[in-house]
Amino acid sequence: MNGPLHLWLIPLLPFAGFLINGLLGRRLPKWLVTIIALLAPLGSFVAVVGNAFGMFSDMPMPASFPVVETFGQWINVGTLHIDFTFVLDQLSLVMLLVVTGVGFLIHIYSVGYMHDEEGYARYFAYLNLFLFFMTVLVLAGNALLMFVGWEGVGLASYLLIGFYFKKTSAADAGKKAFIVNRIGDFGFLIGMFLLLANIGTLTFSEIAAKLAANPGWQGGILTTIALCLLLGATGKSAQLPLYIWLPDAMEGPTPVSALIHAATMVTAGVYMIARTHVLFDHSPFALSIVAIIGAATALFAATIALVQNDIKRVLAYSTISQLGYMFLGCGVAAYSASIFHLMTHAFFKALLFLSAGAVIHAIGGEQDLRKMGGLWKKLPVTFAVTTVGVLAIAGIPPFAGFFSKDAILYAAYLHGGNGMILWTVGLITALLTSFYMFRLLYLAFLGKPRNQHEHHHATPISMLGPLVILALLSICGGWIGIARFSAFLAPSVGETAPNAGNAHIELMMSIAAVGVALAGWLVAHIFYSWQTERPAKLAAALPAGYKLLANKYYVDEFYSATIVKPLLAISKFLLGWVVDTAILGGTAWLIGGTATFSGALLQRWQSGNIRSYAAWLAAGAAAVILFVLVPWSTVLGSLTAFHLGGTGQ
Amino acid sequence: MNSLLSQDVPLSWYLILSAMLFSLGVLGFLIKRNLITVFMSIELMLNGVNLSFVTFAHQWHAVKGQIFVFFVMMVAAAEAAVGLAIIIAVFRARATLAVDRIDLMKL
Repeated sequence: MNGPLHLWLIPLLPFAGFLINGLLGRRLPKWLVTIIALLAPLGSFVAVVGNAFGMFSDMPMPASFPVVETFGQWINVGTLHIDFTFVLDQLSLVMLLVVTGVGFLIHIYSVGYMHDEEGYARYFAYLNLFLFFMTVLVLAGNALLMFVGWEGVGLASYLLIGFYFKKTSAADAGKKAFIVNRIGDFGFLIGMFLLLANIGTLTFSEIAAKLAANPGWQGGILTTIALCLLLGATGKSAQLPLYIWLPDAMEGPTPVSALIHAATMVTAGVYMIARTHVLFDHSPFALSIVAIIGAATALFAATIALVQNDIKRVLAYSTISQLGYMFLGCGVAAYSASIFHLMTHAFFKALLFLSAGAVIHAIGGEQDLRKMGGLWKKLPVTFAVTTVGVLAIAGIPPFAGFFSKDAILYAAYLHGGNGMILWTVGLITALLTSFYMFRLLYLAFLGKPRNQHEHHHATPISMLGPLVILALLSICGGWIGIARFSAFLAPSVGETAPNAGNAHIELMMSIAAVGVALAGWLVAHIFYSWQTERPAKLAAALPAGYKLLANKYYVDEFYSATIVKPLLAISKFLLGWVVDTAILGGTAWLIGGTATFSGALLQRWQSGNIRSYAAWLAAGAAAVILFVLVPWSTVLGSLTAFHLGGTGQ
Repeated sequence: MNSLLSQDVPLSWYLILSAMLFSLGVLGFLIKRNLITVFMSIELMLNGVNLSFVTFAHQWHAVKGQIFVFFVMMVAAAEAAVGLAIIIAVFRARATLAVDRIDLMKL
């Protein structure tokens, strides 16, 4: 493939869609809005696929990667040179395929889902804007350009979480997401400053080259940089301790939850770590922190998901948990396994969210699992695809999730050091995952209907189509296998974990993983199909434990008491009272008061009595005459002379 | 005649008379209540000024001062016409000519 690839087309097509629908959408007819909104991501997707085929046809394939295209200079100050550079390599290609492919499917789905909603054009404008920033993030060739996309997707996420801004909870959730992400972004920024100060460049390839030239450079400042970047990643990817915004983000429309808060944006943190993996590779300590955060988050979120009753909240916690898996994979330097899981997760989690959306849409906005049940008869297709999604996330072969989760667990097992602990945590999480996902399936679709919903919307074809495609991807998305996948990604993310294991261990691992998945299914079957009174009994038997989980470990309350409230109190005092009331208010009061006071004095002159005006006029004239006629300098001079003479004597 | 006048009556006398006329006008303007009297006081002030104009024109042999006097007279005549018309209008509306009572402009 010769000549430029025109990578700029990929982000700019959605941006054009955003501009058209954002500026003119309210005046355009609905069908035109729909066409523009769909053409933009379709164009991007076609461009990505075209590039992908172009790459593959050009053998030997890896030689042509990475493609670097620079579109101009951004910053050129002293030794700091930053360009608008897009890089297409194996990593960004996989990510782009996921982002634009799943993104396009979710756009189609949204046409059916949002059809009767107010703000149809606004919704698609935001969605296109998100795709623009996400593709910029993925294609960026340096950390600063990536940061632009990073902030941009945060903005789009904020706008879409708060899409139903008339609802206070939605507006608050948007703010929460934005503010919590700001903490992570702060880490990202500090990381970039340290990179500039210590390595002198923000371009990923140059960082890699400089570190490759100094293989002995380990830890130290690199650990600090890596940990700062990790803080950014935990914010965006909803890991401990900054995960709290994601469950609340479910206030947004369900397709948004699927696209932004499950499939693409929240995986940006994982992508960022994979992109800057050289830094992490030079800092074993930072890498182990990544693994610990990932494993802890995976287990933590999975336990919360066990007892949630809102269908979208279960999926939200499950997303956090699965992202934890990806971090765990990054932490054991199995980047390609991580990206593999990122890809399959995008398929099956988008599928699960969209099915949940189809359920919610069909039964008139109900999200409580306890009020569903028996929906398989009414929504057979949705039931079928949800089952596929559940099997995939639970890790039952041959569905996609099995392969990627297995790859991560295997890499953790082989990692050595604390690898065994990480592997055990991962396995327990797999058990919990299987349990809560089958719980969702049983509660929503099987059993007897627990609530009569009067109106059942038929699910339109625009919603069913993407569901079926995603279901197919969830089935065969993993068949490529981790070996071929990591061989493909190897030039981008370096070598994966040392392949010290053998087929025997790998088989044992797989059997263990499938075993716990089946065990989880079995328990869910017992609890929610066979002995349905059991969960309530268990909850009654362990009231403290159940309360702890149902209240999500009181983390929100803890943050509220230790961070939010003190901050609010300080803000109220410092900004509210000192700055606003005392300084600004005081100044305004002083200015206004002066005017009022002098006005009150001066208005006495405006008596309305013409003779008093004339008197003042005469007095003024007299004063002027006095001023002109009296030789003041002489008078003053003689007075001073007299005074001086007086003291002199 | 020129020398005669200047010898007989010094310049300051004319100016003192002019100042007295003007001051009387000011005083009348300030203390009188009747609008017509106030109006006449204004005329007195104008003519006091006119006198000093003529005096100086004579003193310096400059015709400008005399031209100025014509201007002032002309303006005074116009002012008298307008002023009297206003006074009549005010009297018709308020049935009074007391300056203190004509205070519609006051807040």
